[in-house]
Amino acid sequence: MSFGGLYNYWIVILLMMTGFYVVIASGNLVKKIIGLNLFQASVFILYISVGKVAGGSAPVLQDGFEPYSNPLPHVLILTAIVVGVATTALGLALVVRIREAYDSVEEDEIHDQDESL
Amino acid sequence: MLIEFVNIAILALLAVTALAAIRLHDLFAVAMMFGIYSLLASVMFVVLDAIDVAFTEAAVGVGISTVLMLGTIGLVGRHEQKPAHRPLLPILVVTITGAALVYGTLDMPLFMDPAAPAQQHVAPYYLNESPEQIGIPNVVTSILASYRGYDTLGELAVIFTAGIGVLGILGLRRRKRPGHEGTSE
Amino acid sequence: MNDNPVLRIVAKIIIPMILIFGLYVQFHGDFGPGGGFQAGVIFATGFILYGLVFGTDALRSAIPAPILRIVIAGGLLLYVGVGVATLLMGSDFLAYNVLGSTPSGGQHLGIFLVELGVGVTVSAVMITVFLGFAGRNDP
Repeated sequence: MSFGGLYNYWIVILLMMTGFYVVIASGNLVKKIIGLNLFQASVFILYISVGKVAGGSAPVLQDGFEPYSNPLPHVLILTAIVVGVATTALGLALVVRIREAYDSVEEDEIHDQDESL
Repeated sequence: MLIEFVNIAILALLAVTALAAIRLHDLFAVAMMFGIYSLLASVMFVVLDAIDVAFTEAAVGVGISTVLMLGTIGLVGRHEQKPAHRPLLPILVVTITGAALVYGTLDMPLFMDPAAPAQQHVAPYYLNESPEQIGIPNVVTSILASYRGYDTLGELAVIFTAGIGVLGILGLRRRKRPGHEGTSE
Repeated sequence: MNDNPVLRIVAKIIIPMILIFGLYVQFHGDFGPGGGFQAGVIFATGFILYGLVFGTDALRSAIPAPILRIVIAGGLLLYVGVGVATLLMGSDFLAYNVLGSTPSGGQHLGIFLVELGVGVTVSAVMITVFLGFAGRNDP
């Protein structure tokens, strides 16, 4: 624990904030969704970090490998990853339809077109 | 000790990749950065003992997500418009949120602490009882499918719904009618 | 991409391996890392690679759309069906112990069927989503 023991969480917060920044600062809808995915992946890392035990091994039971890391965060994140890609696909599908309707994926241009109606 | 060094190296690479994704304005390059980010995250999961998660992240994040993003970029164009003004407000919001989160971590148990509350609650029960109650070695599978079967049913329903949603929005195949090519949409 | 012989030949060699590896991950999930979610995604990547190299029309003729739709619903129905079966056999929803002659055997059978349902739905959804995006390019 020579690094204060919390450094992992701090770097994960930096990664989260990078994703958050992309979501709020970028006007391009595709890039926004990529930012959301960056944010999501860093939340996954945070969860898995919480489950890690010093000296632990992967939770596949076998004599002589105690202790095991906490398997519960693994289960939660395992399902969250696949649900995440399914919802990302839904978001990207909406972006494709927006592009077909407005001929643009830039937030400002879409807003201007809505105003000028 | 070795794990901590590997950990820090991968986290640093992750940070570099994420910052590069901010600076780039070519969406193709941003999608590639996301693929690299996912691959690094899955290496991180192996280091942190989550082999099942690493498996999934490598297949989903690096494979399917990136392919879907590239498919979308192919449809909508690969160049992002450069922002017209300096992004001062977003930087301020992000800094304040980050500072608040860092302040929140000060109360958290130390990384890899075996006495942390997260390791004391139901996890020991699952690890100790799973061999008798379920009888399979991989505890992740036994929690996923048996102890938390309701959860997984819900997740599967979400995936089902998302699939139906994409099917409804994009459609599997638009029928080509002779003589009506220009009028679709 | 269709006329690149290296790509076509390598894909033809690799795709069966990906599919068999997907099946291995599906059915070996009890003993090592693996399970329905991972296997579904890996199985789908095999088909997606086929679609990328040989074109989406070839992929559509390999798996017709109506079959995909039936399979998407079938996986979820299999999962729910296991739960209903345990209800009908006099136990709680998704309590697998009654499925076999011994509790452990019941758990094995229940987990096997549930993971199969997960894998089938996940892979079919992934292929459907890919076809939705890639098929948009076709004139």
